[in-house]
Amino acid sequence: MPAPPYEQDNFIERIGGTRRTRFTKHVLLCLTGAVMLYPLAWLVSSSVKPALLIFKDLSLWPAEWDLGNYSDGWNALGQPFSVYLVNSLIIVVLGIVGNLVSCSLAAYGFARLRFTGRKLFFTLMLGTMMLPGHVLLVPQYIVFAKLGWLNTYYPLLVPHFLATNAFYIFLMVQFMRALPQELDDAARIDGCGPFRTFWKVIMPLCLPAFATTAIFTFISVWNEFFGPLLYLTDDELYTVPLALRQFIDSEGQAHWGEMFAMSFLSLAPVIGFFIAGQKYLVKGIATTGLK
Amino acid sequence: MTGTTAGPALVAGPAAQTPPPAPPAKRRQDRAGYLFLLPWFVGMLFTVIPFFASLYLAFTDYNLLTPPRWTGLANFREMLGDPLLHQALKVTFIYTFVSVPLSLAAALGVAMLLSRGVRGLPVYRAVFYLPSLLGGSVAIVLLWKYIFGLDGIVNGLLGWFGIEGPAWTADPDHALTTLIVLHIWTFGSPMVIFLAGLRQIPVMYYEAAAIDGASRWRRFRSITLPLLSPIIFFNLIQSLISSFQTFTQGFVMSNGTGGPANSTLFYNLYLYQKGFSQFDMGYASAMAWMLLVIIAAFTALNFLAAKYWVHYDN
Repeated sequence: MPAPPYEQDNFIERIGGTRRTRFTKHVLLCLTGAVMLYPLAWLVSSSVKPALLIFKDLSLWPAEWDLGNYSDGWNALGQPFSVYLVNSLIIVVLGIVGNLVSCSLAAYGFARLRFTGRKLFFTLMLGTMMLPGHVLLVPQYIVFAKLGWLNTYYPLLVPHFLATNAFYIFLMVQFMRALPQELDDAARIDGCGPFRTFWKVIMPLCLPAFATTAIFTFISVWNEFFGPLLYLTDDELYTVPLALRQFIDSEGQAHWGEMFAMSFLSLAPVIGFFIAGQKYLVKGIATTGLK
Repeated sequence: MTGTTAGPALVAGPAAQTPPPAPPAKRRQDRAGYLFLLPWFVGMLFTVIPFFASLYLAFTDYNLLTPPRWTGLANFREMLGDPLLHQALKVTFIYTFVSVPLSLAAALGVAMLLSRGVRGLPVYRAVFYLPSLLGGSVAIVLLWKYIFGLDGIVNGLLGWFGIEGPAWTADPDHALTTLIVLHIWTFGSPMVIFLAGLRQIPVMYYEAAAIDGASRWRRFRSITLPLLSPIIFFNLIQSLISSFQTFTQGFVMSNGTGGPANSTLFYNLYLYQKGFSQFDMGYASAMAWMLLVIIAAFTALNFLAAKYWVHYDN
C-alpha cells in the first residue's frame, strides 16, 4: 500500500520547500524555541542554586546544588507554603465545578431549546464577552462589601456558579451545535424531557468541551491575581500568586533563590495540566479564540 | 430587497399555524429554557445592574462610607487636568501600540514557518504556546523583574559583548520595555489561532501561483494575507482589548506603585489606586467608563477600517 500523500517525501518537498529551506526552517524554529524556553529553564535551575551563585549566572546546569531554597522558601512567609497551595486548590476546584455546571446548563439552553427571547439573550451573552471587566468592578465590590463577603472566597467563587464567563458558554454552544439534532429527537421520542436528554445524551458527548473548559479554568483561576488582591486581606486566606508577591518587600529586596523555588512550585501544576491537556487546549483556542 | 420581506414572512409562518394563546408545548419549552438559563440569568443581574450602577457612580463623589453625592461632570473635568491620568493613558497606549503589532507579527511569522510540512509540529507548537499560559502569572513577572535587574541575566549576556546594561526595571526609560518584551514572549495564543487559519487555505492556491511563477513574497501578499485577514482582524481586536486592560504586570513589577517614576502606571493600575487605595469610587467609575469608551472607539475604528483590508469569502 502506498503511503498517504502527506507522508511521501516529495509531497513535503513540494509544500515545505527544498531540503535546504526545510533545514533553515528547523534551525529558525529551534533557535526561537530555545530563546523562549530559556527563562523558564533558568528559573528551574536557579531554584536549586545557592543564593550567592544566582547573580549573572547564565548557565542552566547548577555548579553547586542546594535544595535549601525549597525548605527555606516553604517557611519564609507568614504561613507555610502548603496553606497557600491548598487555598488556591480549593478555589480552583470549586471554580471548575461552578463553570462546568452553570455554563453547560446555559449552553444547552442556548444550543438546543427554543424559548422566547433566545436570540436576544444569546446576543447579550456574546456582548458580555467583549465587556471589559473593570467597568463592573466598583459596584460589584460595593455589593460584595454590603453582603459582608470581603475577606472571604465568595466573591471569587460565586461568579463561577452563575455562568458569568461567557467564553465557556460560547465554547460549549459551538460544541453542542455540532452534535446531530437527531440525538435530541430520538431521546424525545423515547420519552426524555430536556433534563434527561441533557444529562444522559448531550453531557456524555460533550466531555471534550468540558475538558477544555476545566483546563482553561484551572489555568486562569490558578494564575488569577486581581480578584484575590482585591478581596482577600488575611494572610491565611492568600492564594499562591498573592503569597509569591510577598517575597519582594516594599524596598524591592528579595530572597531570590527561595522565590524562584516557590515560583517553580506555582508554575509546575500549570505546566503539568498543559502537557496533559494540550490537545483540548489547542482545539479550544482554535474554535473560540480564547486565551 | 429580499432581506426586508424575509423577516415578516418568517415570523408569520409559525404564528399562522399556532392558536393565539401560547400553546402548552410552547410554554413548556419556555419554562425548560429559562430553567436551564437560571444561573446565567442571576449572573446577568450581577453584570447588568453593576454596569448601569457604575455609569451612575461616574457622575458622583463616593467614598464607600457616605452615600454617593451627585457632582455632574466634575469627575470628567478632573480627569482632563489630572497629570497622572494622562501618564496612565500614555503608558497604556505605548504598551498596546508597540506590543500588539510586534506580538501579532511574531505569531504570524512563526505560524507560517510551522504551517506546512514541518516535522515535529506538535512539539514546536507546545513550546511556543506554553509561555502564553504563564505570561500573566505573578511568578513570571517576578522572574522578569530579576532577569532584567541590574545583576540579571540580560545584563550578564550583554556583559559578554562588553556592554554595560542599565538597571532595566529600575530605570523609568526601560521599565515599560521589559513588559513589552514579556508581552511579545506570549505570542503563542494568537499563533495557535493563526495556525488553525492557515490550515484552511487550500494548498492548490499556492501550487497554482507557483506554477504561474509567483514569488514567495507575492504568494504571501496575494494568497496568505487576504485569506487570513479575518483571523488577523480577530486577533487584533482581541489583543487590543486585553492589552488596554493590563494590570498584573504593572502591579507586580512596581509593587503596586506604577513606578519607577510612573513609567509602568497602567490605566487599570491607576484606576485600582484611585478606587481601592484612595477610595475615590466615583472617580474610579468615571475612569472605567472612559476606558470602555476608548476600547469601544478603537474596536469601532477597526471594524470601519476592516472594510478596506479584511477579505471575506462571499
